[in-house]
Amino acid sequence: MEALRKVTGIAAPMLRINIDTDQIIPALFLGGTDAKGYGANLFHGSRFLADGKPNPEFILNQPPYDKAQVLLADRNFGCGSSRERAPKALREFGFRAILAPSFGGIFFNNCYRNGIIPVELPIEIVRSIAAEVEASGGTSPVTVDVAAQVVTAPSGARYPFAAPATLRQMLMEGMDEIALTLSRGDEITRYREADRTRRPWAY
Amino acid sequence: MNAPAPRTFFDKVWADHVIARLGDDAELLQIDRLVLHELSGSQAVRALAEAGREPVSRGQVFTVIEHLISTEPGRGPTDSVSKSGPIMIETTRKASRDWGFHFIDYDDPRQGIAHVIAPELGIAFPGATLVCCDSHTSTVGGVGALTWGIGASEAEHVLATQTLAQARPKTMRVNFTGRLARGVYAKDMILALIGRIGAQGGIGYATEYAGAAVSALPIEGRLTLCNMSIEFSCKYGFVPPDETTIDYLKGREFSPKGADWDRAVAYWRTLPTDPGATFDREVTVDCDALEPQVTWGISPQQVAPIGASVPDPSQASDSEARQLATRALEYMQLSAGTPLQGIPIDVAYIGSCTNARLSDLRAAAEVLRGRKVKAGIQAVCVPGSTPVKRAAEAEGLDRIFKDAGFEWHESACGFCGHIGSDRFADLRVVSTTNRNFEGRQGPKTRTHLASPATVAASAIAGCIADARGIA
Repeated sequence: MEALRKVTGIAAPMLRINIDTDQIIPALFLGGTDAKGYGANLFHGSRFLADGKPNPEFILNQPPYDKAQVLLADRNFGCGSSRERAPKALREFGFRAILAPSFGGIFFNNCYRNGIIPVELPIEIVRSIAAEVEASGGTSPVTVDVAAQVVTAPSGARYPFAAPATLRQMLMEGMDEIALTLSRGDEITRYREADRTRRPWAY
Repeated sequence: MNAPAPRTFFDKVWADHVIARLGDDAELLQIDRLVLHELSGSQAVRALAEAGREPVSRGQVFTVIEHLISTEPGRGPTDSVSKSGPIMIETTRKASRDWGFHFIDYDDPRQGIAHVIAPELGIAFPGATLVCCDSHTSTVGGVGALTWGIGASEAEHVLATQTLAQARPKTMRVNFTGRLARGVYAKDMILALIGRIGAQGGIGYATEYAGAAVSALPIEGRLTLCNMSIEFSCKYGFVPPDETTIDYLKGREFSPKGADWDRAVAYWRTLPTDPGATFDREVTVDCDALEPQVTWGISPQQVAPIGASVPDPSQASDSEARQLATRALEYMQLSAGTPLQGIPIDVAYIGSCTNARLSDLRAAAEVLRGRKVKAGIQAVCVPGSTPVKRAAEAEGLDRIFKDAGFEWHESACGFCGHIGSDRFADLRVVSTTNRNFEGRQGPKTRTHLASPATVAASAIAGCIADARGIA
């Protein structure tokens, strides 16, 4: 997976609950078996007008948010479909961190495998960061330090966050998760030998 | 010696699959079954091959063509409305053959939507871990398995290792007490629950469905219930195994056979939640007074009994619900106070992993028998699997659907998302599916979720209608 230790960048507020993965990337644009090629259609339904031109009212079409690397979101961000093209599209657009009170569970796991850290913070904090960002016309950056597990708002206010230790470590090191699991071959073999006796029908 | 502490079904199944503890927050789990379809499975197999790796346990991998393949009668091997459908179908087909997975192609008599065929073929069984690149994998928990949706990278990991690292969720039990009235179904139970606890109510939980109304449900109804777990953002939903489950699975193609069957059944009977076991959260929904439910908004939590009216956003409980309702009414082109019954529709759709099994088609046919779909309404039925379709045809249900004016399609995910079909745009659809998200069934398409009986009644009336007044 792509490594991430720290990101400092423009933060785009998109404070609406239940932004689902169909909105992040509509089904029409899931085509192909490629690992890349999804960023151009990120938030397609909101980002483009019926004639295909960019919707000037959509935040990610407005400078400086068009260069955003941090997304400020509300509850249940990334709910719905399991499509991994959703974090892929966000990453290709430039996002490396999403701050929200909660995330869809499948999306949460998918983010880590695509170089994005999903950070759970109470909505009051996300709103406060969004207010600071907006007060600066979007130009004041937000820092997400994966190693230190701290978000720094434009004002310098620091907000510690919790993250799953294993996934965080893998993200910081950019580890190959499969290689890591395969290195536990002995434990896996021991488990399966016992399990095959207990539940032979499962194999 | 102290008696062992009482455990939930979830505790037992999870513990039986832990290979190793990874730090404080995750465990490496044995995965008994991986199911892949061409939309996301094709990404996983390609990534695996490009990394120079091979699947480690091919007999535990099942692949099926169902997401992108056309539902049109007479469909060909790569027919798809998606431009990249053929490449995704061919990638899945080739990898399945090269690597020797259990492969169920578009023309296989066992073909169907992954979550419909996993129970139907006995691919899933009680106490199994089963994962698939699809959020509705929770459906399969209806046969007492622990099943959940994953991403393509996680699927690649399962292919390469037959394991998956997961954080252990909290547990919730939903007790559906009482008894369903005639004309009220599992779909109404789950919609009512989501209306109660909200679309975020299940984040971080695994949900056990329990209570008299659940015990009374046949397996197909339990699958409908578990299907929509993810619609309250709960990755895992299940009904622990009982005699209904065991009877259902006996003799299915991939179910254990002979002495294995007897041993398996004895083990499965140890899995239900022990008396006195505790959950992190308990919710009770009384089914005695439950009415058929219909959604009016753009989240499954925006749901009401069919006799109700579109709510007034200004009456919402808080500013967040108010904003959500305002946006919903704008998108849905509805005004507060309009009775749900009587809202004119353009399309009636019966299909999907939620509600397209044989009992669903029977419930709809009971309403449609001897009646006609209102002129100008598109009415489409896509059976959940080819075996469902054939069984329905054997008992003459297809005639009832066609005589009423429904289109009768081949099985696939079809019109549930705007990928299996591109026919719906700027239309109002009453649908047996699971998502009423903005644009889910097509651009500007306004979806009302309901049970098959409600959809059938609405097709006849040309507007949202209560089947209990008809059948």
